[in-house]
Amino acid sequence: MSRKDLATDLAELEQALQGTSGRQYWRSLDELAGTAAFQKLMRREFPQQADVWPDSLSRRHFLTLMGASLALAGLSGCSVKPAPMGKIVPYVQPPREIVAGEPLFFATAQPLPGGAVGLLVESHMGRPTKIEGNPDHPASGGATSIYHQASILTLYDPDRSQTVTYQGRTRAWTEALATLRTGLEKERDNGGAAVRILSEPILSPSLARQRERLLKSLPKAKWHVYEPLLQDARLEAMRLAFGQNLDCHYAFNKADVVLSLDADFLGSEPGNLRWIADFMSRRRIRTPASDSTQASMNRLYCIETEVTCTGAKADHRLAVRVQDIEGLARAIASKLGVSTAGSSGSAGPHEKWVAAVAKDLEAHRGRVLVLAGNRQPVAVHLLAHAINQHLGNVGQTVFYSRPVTEGPSPRIESLRELADDMRQDRVRLLIVLDANPVYSAPADIKFMDALERVPLRVHLGLYQDETARRCHWHLNEAHFLETWGDARAFDGTATLMQPLIEPLYRGRSAIELVAFLATLQETPGEELVRSRWRDHWNQQTRGPKTDDAFDAFWKTSLHDGVVAGTGFPIRNVALENDWQRHLEPQASASGASSRPGDESFELAFAPDPTVFDGSFANNGWLQECPKPSTTLTWDNAALMSPDTARQLGVELGEYAHGGEHGGFKMPVVELKVEDRSVLAPAWIVPGHADHSITVHFGYGRESAGRVGGQRDQKVGFNAYAMRTSSQPWFVPNVRVTKTDRTHLLACTQQHNLMENRDLVRSASLEKFRQKPDFASEPEKQKEIDETRRAPAPLEFYPPLEPPASTPKWGMVIDLTTCVGCKACVVACQAENNIPVVGKQQVAAGREMHWIRVDRYVGGTAEAPAEFHFQPVPCMHCERAPCEYVCPVEATVHSAEGLNDMVYNRCVGTRFCSNNCSYKVRRFNFFHYADFETGSLRLQYNPDVTVRSRGVMEKCSYCVQRIRHAQIDADREERPIADGEVVTACQAACPAGAIAFGDLSNSASEAAKWRSSPLNYALLEELGTRPRTTYLAAVRNPNPELEGG
Amino acid sequence: MSPAASIKTAEVRQSETSGELRYVPVGHTFASVTEKIAELVLGRATRQAWFVVLAAGTVLLLMFSAVIVYLLAKGTGIWGINVPVGWCFAITSFVWWIGIGHAGTLISAILVLLHQKWRTSINRIAEAMTIFAVMCAGTFPLLHLGRPWFFFWLLPYPNTMKLWPQFRSALVWDVFAVSTYFSVSLMFWYMGMIPDFATLRDRAVQRRWQVVYGMLAMGWRNSARHWHRYQMAYLLLAGLATPLVISVHSVVSSDFAISLEPGWHETVFPPYFVAGALLSGFAMVIALAIPMRHYYGIEDFISVSHLEVMAKILLATSFFTSYGYFSEQFITWISGETYDKYVYLNILIGFRQYAAVTWITLCCVFIAPQLLWIKRFRRNEKVLFVVSVLVLAGMWMERYLLITTSLSRDFLPSSWGIFQPTVWDILTYVGSLGLFIVTFLLFCRFLPMISMCEMRGLLPGARGHEEGR
Amino acid sequence: MKPESNTKPFGLMAEFETVDALFAATRRARLAGYRQMDAYTPYAVEGLAEELGERKTRIPMVVLIGGLVGAGAGFLMQYWSMAVDYPFNAGGRPLNSWPAYVPIAFEMMILVASFSAFLSMLFLNDLPRPHHPLFNVPQFARASQDRFFLCIEATDPLFDAERTLDFLSASESHIGVVEVPIELETAPKEAEASEQQPVTVMS
Repeated sequence: MSRKDLATDLAELEQALQGTSGRQYWRSLDELAGTAAFQKLMRREFPQQADVWPDSLSRRHFLTLMGASLALAGLSGCSVKPAPMGKIVPYVQPPREIVAGEPLFFATAQPLPGGAVGLLVESHMGRPTKIEGNPDHPASGGATSIYHQASILTLYDPDRSQTVTYQGRTRAWTEALATLRTGLEKERDNGGAAVRILSEPILSPSLARQRERLLKSLPKAKWHVYEPLLQDARLEAMRLAFGQNLDCHYAFNKADVVLSLDADFLGSEPGNLRWIADFMSRRRIRTPASDSTQASMNRLYCIETEVTCTGAKADHRLAVRVQDIEGLARAIASKLGVSTAGSSGSAGPHEKWVAAVAKDLEAHRGRVLVLAGNRQPVAVHLLAHAINQHLGNVGQTVFYSRPVTEGPSPRIESLRELADDMRQDRVRLLIVLDANPVYSAPADIKFMDALERVPLRVHLGLYQDETARRCHWHLNEAHFLETWGDARAFDGTATLMQPLIEPLYRGRSAIELVAFLATLQETPGEELVRSRWRDHWNQQTRGPKTDDAFDAFWKTSLHDGVVAGTGFPIRNVALENDWQRHLEPQASASGASSRPGDESFELAFAPDPTVFDGSFANNGWLQECPKPSTTLTWDNAALMSPDTARQLGVELGEYAHGGEHGGFKMPVVELKVEDRSVLAPAWIVPGHADHSITVHFGYGRESAGRVGGQRDQKVGFNAYAMRTSSQPWFVPNVRVTKTDRTHLLACTQQHNLMENRDLVRSASLEKFRQKPDFASEPEKQKEIDETRRAPAPLEFYPPLEPPASTPKWGMVIDLTTCVGCKACVVACQAENNIPVVGKQQVAAGREMHWIRVDRYVGGTAEAPAEFHFQPVPCMHCERAPCEYVCPVEATVHSAEGLNDMVYNRCVGTRFCSNNCSYKVRRFNFFHYADFETGSLRLQYNPDVTVRSRGVMEKCSYCVQRIRHAQIDADREERPIADGEVVTACQAACPAGAIAFGDLSNSASEAAKWRSSPLNYALLEELGTRPRTTYLAAVRNPNPELEGG
Repeated sequence: MSPAASIKTAEVRQSETSGELRYVPVGHTFASVTEKIAELVLGRATRQAWFVVLAAGTVLLLMFSAVIVYLLAKGTGIWGINVPVGWCFAITSFVWWIGIGHAGTLISAILVLLHQKWRTSINRIAEAMTIFAVMCAGTFPLLHLGRPWFFFWLLPYPNTMKLWPQFRSALVWDVFAVSTYFSVSLMFWYMGMIPDFATLRDRAVQRRWQVVYGMLAMGWRNSARHWHRYQMAYLLLAGLATPLVISVHSVVSSDFAISLEPGWHETVFPPYFVAGALLSGFAMVIALAIPMRHYYGIEDFISVSHLEVMAKILLATSFFTSYGYFSEQFITWISGETYDKYVYLNILIGFRQYAAVTWITLCCVFIAPQLLWIKRFRRNEKVLFVVSVLVLAGMWMERYLLITTSLSRDFLPSSWGIFQPTVWDILTYVGSLGLFIVTFLLFCRFLPMISMCEMRGLLPGARGHEEGR
Repeated sequence: MKPESNTKPFGLMAEFETVDALFAATRRARLAGYRQMDAYTPYAVEGLAEELGERKTRIPMVVLIGGLVGAGAGFLMQYWSMAVDYPFNAGGRPLNSWPAYVPIAFEMMILVASFSAFLSMLFLNDLPRPHHPLFNVPQFARASQDRFFLCIEATDPLFDAERTLDFLSASESHIGVVEVPIELETAPKEAEASEQQPVTVMS
């Protein structure tokens, strides 16, 4: 579609608007929505094919087309002449707080399954551009995950649904609400018996409040809850163990020994940001001296199937099939003297391991923590509770509280019940809030067929997703950054959400919609939230209940991003006496047969590390973010161990342009269970459990958008299709057959081994104590071996030292604490306007991330002993190899030791990239940056240049932030304080694994880290003198298991 | 008598005659030499074959320009390059063409100093080849830039940015070396042609050719006093061009040698590159001379004896080059450098395509020339032609290996990657051949392809009085 | 029209078949005391210039100077721009990283030296000179092909139309002697006269 056609269509529309004035203008829009021209245009907004060069840039070309779709958000956008009516108010007296060029930060929270995380949103002149964590928020502590970082892109995603539609045709909110009103009024007399609401678990107190109001007005109506990441087993175990629904809280900072039974608490589990921080607070090793942190370095045992961040950081990791973990759990429990009715489990070949673990747990009574993962059957959860109680951890490291979610507990029954009702035509009006069951419901529920029988179906959501397409009405929801709302963190602490920007597409929030359903009249979101918290405040406050006092409370709550004292109190609970009864094998929710020596293949499900349950599928940043353990992008795959791959005859296929730094055409395997089957490209993961195949949810979307997949161009395959409500997380005895089809998988690092180079240096705590300088030892050794490597002879030229006065910026990265979560990668992408290049370009080895997380396995690829994550930003070498080869002075060294890129001087010889020993430089082989798409333009960080074609770019140590701090410091005539400059990656890191600061100031954090004996520079022997250095990884293995 | 017959007799005679005389065209007088060579230009005897080849070349040339347009429109991304491998076909072709460009000046300069009479038959051709090869080479460094329209930022000129080129970068050295080499070679070539232009001017019948060649001759009138200074200047130019030839490819090699990359960071590169350059250069001269001497019936000027002596040089330079390989491998092996060792292992038994290319290269560059030990083959045009074409191909692959293997397997395994050419890579290279073919054919048609004045100087009787004494 | 044009020609020129004859004639003319003369040969004949009384040329000196200037300028350009005009830190190298400046200085030396060789040659030969009286003589076209000429110019003090003509005509194994007119285009009256010319005296 050429811009010209678009222009004419817009002209046509404007004509229709001529002669209207004042508020009619908006009404006329609603009328206009029906006109042919508008319909034509709206359809044209989403061309199925576009005229693009035949070189894999088509997706980006689509993105450029989207500029127009934004212009339609309230047609004002497309009128080139001044608005035809009304008064335009000049910006004479700006709001007091806004200073041009100075960003403002507002506190809000992003609700995610399991609990909201408090955020501070950076807003430039009224448009949110970057998200940071809220240090005061219990779930964040200042850190963020990739989802929070990427949510800013979702806000501006041009694919977001921008209008209300009725059967695909654009309508106005007024019409939609009118329809709902009549629909509800019809139902009112019989108490709304035929009305159903389906939502995700409710984290918002205000939404809960509106729900109550609705159910009051329609007593017979039913409210159902569904979330794709089913936790029935956990909930059931809670009921059986304690007779009530509870949430479990862990104090990792108090735990000396942690046993994770398939619980990825450093990765995908809710609350992981906080848990990473707590867990790593016990691993901040700096000196060999036996100081407090030293003495109490914790130890992590992990039993898991695929390689998760948790398993990678574990001191001892056992990779077994999901279904075999129950057996091991029972074995450990019985060793500890916890009665395990039914089978006492069998450790099989892992007898020694189990014994050692049990011993270690026993030894640390009360300072132990045992967790069971979501995927595990009830029995394992019960055992975890039992062991914790048995070892007296409850009240020490484990706590229980009422669940954060309100309303019905999110069990699969809830969805099945709804489906049955619909099938039996008991439902006449269904309202889906934000959920997408058509895509994610288990196969056996056949939700879609049931849905078709409901006469009036309404969907509220951010996207025209699969469910929306099958509902009569789709109402465009407002993004959480656009609306008023509130949400509870995993520990119950509530956060007030405030809108950072006017709704781009005039969407409504769920709270507002439910309020309308309850009262049949529109109430602004702010009012709803305020009233909810006014009541809360009225109960809480002792003092006079004046409006001013409440306003004060309201303001502080908004400002702090947390409502003081809303965290849930700890509940003292004890196991029911008859809990063992439920340990009988048949009680375990899964039909898993875990006979030892059983060699059948198992299919295990897991949420995707980047697109999660699929709700983030249309987010380019997340699609392109390499998944921690596989480095795959833009796809999910059937993950399997090298052994399993050999059995199936799967091996690396023909390589794509980039080779190991690009992608391979991988053989496609067919996974078959009963009548269900999917075709999935195979990917070999060293360290994956044998005879188990992991597939990730979140792909194979049919209408996610142009990034996440559409009917005609799907991305990945849909793992939900293989899932049943009876076996929600793993299916034993799956039939796997290799087909002769192949599929291109784009990865950023296929080479797992270090090839005997000291890239990641690590040692056990013991070795560190004996040999404090083990990290720097290799250099010393090399200098002895090969004198030419010694620093002195390397100096061909006399050194050119920068003036001492200026700060010497440097970064230190702690490999002990890095969990490889990739938050830094996405944070950097958001901060530095890094483009998304698309699968084909990644496959060609051209992804643009300024910081990457290298991952290596210790030992062999067949039997990996260790897993390492190594974030690699620009090293800012003092003897930078890139600088002296640049013919045009486009990359030079600043007095502060920064390796500066001068984009507008770069002619793109790529010599610097070739000569960079760390290969951290990124080149704009094509015109990657998106200058056209209006909405995406809004997201760009105004402090960072958007790079054009043919230009080299790389990590700048967030120089814009340094300058910002510099200016503030100069204004106040003081030196920059330590910790004043925080790079984007450092700010996002939940593990606090990155320190940045002035190395010339020995008091600075970075300087302190650097003085640790663990400090070493990557490829030091090349004499590049990197400013970015690493702290060698220290592990705390159990001596009994060492070498075993 | 028929040319064929004359060749026969000529060759018989030459094989008998010994010493310098074997390179002197037999049975020629001042007049006949002049006649024969000048008529190739002034005579209107352009045959079909010439047009056919020209057409083919033009097609390639047009394709080349089409590729360039697309490249400028889209960006270097249309090539297969990526982040570990930032350079490949473009730079490979650049180095290859520059190498070919070396034989010309070497033959004309060094052989002048060495008083090698046989050069006279081929120096003009070789020099022309140099000019055009360097032209082809020059296009690639421009095209491979991310923003080619700013290429002039590599030149030192006063500008509003108040910036100069970064003279520590080998790429800037390239700019100076290559442009110097081009202008000096051009001057050398032109200067050599001035007396011949005078001849053409004086023989031309049509006014327009008189004017054109008259201009080019600059009023040269063969004055003995002029000849005196001319000889001196020519000698000096030769003396200057000789170190220039050596320096140019040494500078080109430092694009790699000054880097840190394993496999690039080598002190052996400069001589090794020069040797390779001479090898490919001579191969190209032979590959051009063989068809030409038949097509233009100048077998008596470019005799088999000429081919033979060039074959010998080919053999020698192939040894220099191969020595480069082996010393590289050996030194790496003995140094025990982790990274270098891995790269060279990778070259020999390497990942996917590389090893294969390596062995093909060795066959082309080292094994094939070994045939030339045998006199029969040295004097056999067909063998000679095949060998030199193989050598040319081999040298291209050698540059390709040298550039890719190091980049794709350097220090951090995490960022190891592979280069795989796209169709655009190949078209860009093939297109440059078109540029060469077209320019060279035009040279054959409009300029004297053998130096008449020098040829006369070789004829018996040219210095009769001295023999007289 | 210049009346003296036909009375005072550019010079007299003898044509020879072989280089030996030319040598002989040249030596003879020198011994006779002629200085303002020049020989024309289709290729560079060693020793002939000496016979004509040419001394060593100044070209080598020019080239040497050119080379030194080139090298010096080349290095100074780099030093000045890198260390004086716009100093900056590139990879921790010192501002005057002289080894890195050598290649360009070298190339500049060659470049300037070569050009001075070529240009000084042209200058000293005072070329380009598209027109010259010699070209008025039809036979002279063969000087660039297969004939040898010796021309005694009118500017020579000993020059005298008749005596010099006789002198040249006396030189052995010459093909002919012609007068080289300064102007070819003259009035028809002289045109006829000029048609008699060149007077050729067979020996």
